[in-house]
Amino acid sequence: MSKECFETERLEELLRPLVDRHHADPLQLVQILREAQELVGYLPPALLTATARALRLPRAQVEGVAGFYSFFHLTPPGRYRVLFSDNITDRMLGSGELLDRLCNRLWIERGKVSEDGLVSVDTTSCTGMCDQGPALLVNGQALTRLSGERIDRISELIRAQAPLADWPGEYFRVEDNIRRRDTLLSAEWLAGEALQAAIGRGSEAMLAEMQLSNLRGRGGAGFTTAIKWASARRAPCHGDDGLRYLVCNADEGEPGTFKDRVLLSSYADLVFDGMSVAGFSIGASKGLLYLRGEYAYLLPALRENLERRRRSGLLGRALCGQVGLDFEIDIHLGAGAYVCGEETALLESLEGKRGIPRIRPPFPVTAGYRGQPTVVNNVETLCKAALIAVRGGAWFAGLGTKQSTGSKLLSISGDVERPGIYEYPFGVSVDQVLQDCGAGNAQAVQVSGPSGVCLAMHEFSRSIAFEDVPTAGAFMVFGAHRDMFEVARNFAHFFKHESCGFCTPCRVGTSLVANCMDKIGKGLGTQYEINQIFKIHRLLHAASHCGLGQAACNPLFDTLQKFRPAYERRLCSLDFEPAFDLDQALAAARQMTGRDDPAAHFGLAARFPGVAS
Amino acid sequence: MNPPSILLDGLPVPFVNGQTIMDAAMAAEIFIPHLCHHPEFKPQGSCKLCTVKANGRYVSACTLPARDGMEVENNTPDLNDKRRTLLQMLFVEGNHFCPSCEKSGNCMLQALAYELEMLSPHFDPFYPNRPVDASHPEVLLDFNRCILCELCVRASRDVDGKSVFSLSGRGITKHLIVNAESGRLADTDFSWADKAAHVCPVGVILKKRTGFAVPIGKRRYDVEPIGMQVERLAARSAGEEG
Amino acid sequence: MDAGAGNSEGRRKVRLATASLAGCFGCHMSFLDIDERLFALLERVDFDRSPLTDIKHCGSCDIGLIEGGICNAENVHVLREFRSHCKVLIAVGACAVNGGLPAQRNHLDLGQCLQEIYLTAPDIVGGQIPNDPELPLPLDKVHPIHEIVRIDYFIPGCPPSGDAIWKFLSDLLDGRTPRLGHPMLHFD
Repeated sequence: MSKECFETERLEELLRPLVDRHHADPLQLVQILREAQELVGYLPPALLTATARALRLPRAQVEGVAGFYSFFHLTPPGRYRVLFSDNITDRMLGSGELLDRLCNRLWIERGKVSEDGLVSVDTTSCTGMCDQGPALLVNGQALTRLSGERIDRISELIRAQAPLADWPGEYFRVEDNIRRRDTLLSAEWLAGEALQAAIGRGSEAMLAEMQLSNLRGRGGAGFTTAIKWASARRAPCHGDDGLRYLVCNADEGEPGTFKDRVLLSSYADLVFDGMSVAGFSIGASKGLLYLRGEYAYLLPALRENLERRRRSGLLGRALCGQVGLDFEIDIHLGAGAYVCGEETALLESLEGKRGIPRIRPPFPVTAGYRGQPTVVNNVETLCKAALIAVRGGAWFAGLGTKQSTGSKLLSISGDVERPGIYEYPFGVSVDQVLQDCGAGNAQAVQVSGPSGVCLAMHEFSRSIAFEDVPTAGAFMVFGAHRDMFEVARNFAHFFKHESCGFCTPCRVGTSLVANCMDKIGKGLGTQYEINQIFKIHRLLHAASHCGLGQAACNPLFDTLQKFRPAYERRLCSLDFEPAFDLDQALAAARQMTGRDDPAAHFGLAARFPGVAS
Repeated sequence: MNPPSILLDGLPVPFVNGQTIMDAAMAAEIFIPHLCHHPEFKPQGSCKLCTVKANGRYVSACTLPARDGMEVENNTPDLNDKRRTLLQMLFVEGNHFCPSCEKSGNCMLQALAYELEMLSPHFDPFYPNRPVDASHPEVLLDFNRCILCELCVRASRDVDGKSVFSLSGRGITKHLIVNAESGRLADTDFSWADKAAHVCPVGVILKKRTGFAVPIGKRRYDVEPIGMQVERLAARSAGEEG
Repeated sequence: MDAGAGNSEGRRKVRLATASLAGCFGCHMSFLDIDERLFALLERVDFDRSPLTDIKHCGSCDIGLIEGGICNAENVHVLREFRSHCKVLIAVGACAVNGGLPAQRNHLDLGQCLQEIYLTAPDIVGGQIPNDPELPLPLDKVHPIHEIVRIDYFIPGCPPSGDAIWKFLSDLLDGRTPRLGHPMLHFD
């Protein structure tokens, strides 16, 4: 009992400074849990109780939030938590074999903590290093370009309990890999230049330039940015101390996308300028950058940048010397949940809750963060807005196509000679992109990630533009030797893992299709499973609460339409087979009874007992 | 001047501003299948049983505000087929063994399955392992039957002011939890007098020592199919279950 | 084979087989509850393998009725025999439809169950887990029959009433899509 009291006291002591730093604001719960976990290693029950008490929240709500995010641990993980990025591009680079190799070296089973509590090894959704994979995270820090040799060294470092700071710096190096520059990536600018230009124009005129530019959101949906800004500016704030908010969505979770990573590491001034321009234009005095947890390694540089801006009068009170013009930027770190890329789920997460997409209407422009008018823009969109502030809307509208003005950053990975970031004016053909990145024998391109579209060879003449093939930026190339069934199966498991579980169709449907794909993969599939996949696809498309569920079966639908032989060669009969191995289902009883006669087996083993088991 | 109305399966149904499609339909005694909706609580739109087609788009009837002239499809083979599949998903996701359930005959999930003529769970059952919580002196929690409608969560938080229930986990591992470090209902301030004790549409929250009181044939949905009980569903209030 | 026999309309009699797998025979009892309608049924139906005929193996049939889920190796063999010999296979009752009562053991470990029942239970002395090859081995989990073979129709209920079984079969024999309305459709 006294030990427990001591434990509770110790945890409360430990929590106090970080709760104080966040002004005991319950809306900071996700940040507080992150920081608490960094101190303790995981989130034990007593810590959740102490957190709930400190924030005056129901304990069950705190536990609900802690249980939602992949990077929160309710039970102790290994002191070294190794998570292999499990995107299909990592797998194509051999991540599966490397994971097995590390487990073998460390004598551990995947997904289980070693007996001494030293290490655990598992997979996580795409970490955004597809151009330099295979990649993994160790205690949240990103490692790139893994090889067998590096894995062996890593296992030694872990066994020697070497602190991460002593690991070779080379392992943590993240390259930009910028391969083609257009207007954005070749732009020369000074920090604050765009903000000053916007202030010079005035907010009304800045909005007019935005309208003229016809800039559309770069996060994939392609909503006209000027309309969003104007709506939020018009919308009334609620309450006496109501504020408008500008949120930069840097929760770049779509597998195969990594352009925001590059913008945030080498163009951070432009990102912050874009945020400030947007804030100025909509009348927001607070900006929030929601950075995905996988990019935590960028945090120190980003914070330093903000300090620099503050010292130069580009952040804080009286921006650029204009009394009354204030703008603050806070950075929130995500905790591993793809669904938070959806703007209303992101707002929930910013408010310290489970990342469940909200019911719309109301839309964020009228009731967003803290119920106030809020604009949520993609990182790339804000960079473009900064350029428009400097060079004007007409200039921007002259680039790209009429309906898709400006340029687009593509994150190219997979079977290409030169993976990395390519910036093109909108309207570029898929063929042209493939040629530039050195994709000699492509049979398919997954554009805009698993929730986008899978293009087959006969569609390579199509162009990247909102009016033809829209994209958030991912461009994964699959050579002729790749098995498109395995690509689709990887995506099916991704959606199963990332479904928030709010609505029935997505929660259960993503598991059912993943099971169907595994059954086909095991050679137990029939036409029946193919029909099931189509049926579930139609239901998810129609009845899911948000875009995640609506798109979850897209890659299966596309590959079934365009690469059907990849499925059919695995089908075992046209009738029906059980999803599980009948002979294996008798194994427990065989072991308990010691029997091995023919009647104790199914299939081949029934005829040749003792051979197969 | 005529009041605003929607066209529900071709029938004009009036509404007052602020009402959802579900509100308007219920007021007109037209049945739209639903599980997570309850007239006393803020709509949440998660079960998706009330999916209808409004002006050609699939939407949740319980969350979408009605608009004048809106054309809504409800009782169509396509929608009922989708709803049946959703029910089958809920049945295989949990452990729904009706013959041993005290709520059988009074259960909305079961009644909807009858209404939509669901003859089998169709999919391979998941058979999750969900131990029951019998710690509380008055109430048994059988998580096997939970459909994650969050009615108890909403009732305990918004009416009782206790927040006894919450959801944790994500995706297919999402599950109901109670407000105690021990994870036991007995260690919360829950009581049978709470609103939350009386809103479960299925057989999760059960009063101990009172089961099977009404004989088969006399239970709520033995007497009349759920589709014929719209008036009662619309008038549900404190003290009345599912 | 029985064309015209005992049938004034000259229609071939339908061949029907039934079996109880991991069930309690309650559904078969319910089948008998159609009472005097059995005579009308026999006008149109010949029984193949069934507890009613004591025929041990299923011949070529039109309709197969399966009661009970799949809990052991023998269940699988019988079910497969029915599937390969019956044009239309019907799951009858809760256990066939969703595993039912026997499936309540699915969250327990089979090995531990066997150990506790035959070796470590308090009143057991010198116990042994039965291992006679004549006995079918239990599967680690109990499954509804649609997990093992394709099933054409389902009649839920624990058990379905005689009226429900009669309604379903007569719809089927008359060439209508079988349909159980309120109150014949029930799961308990």
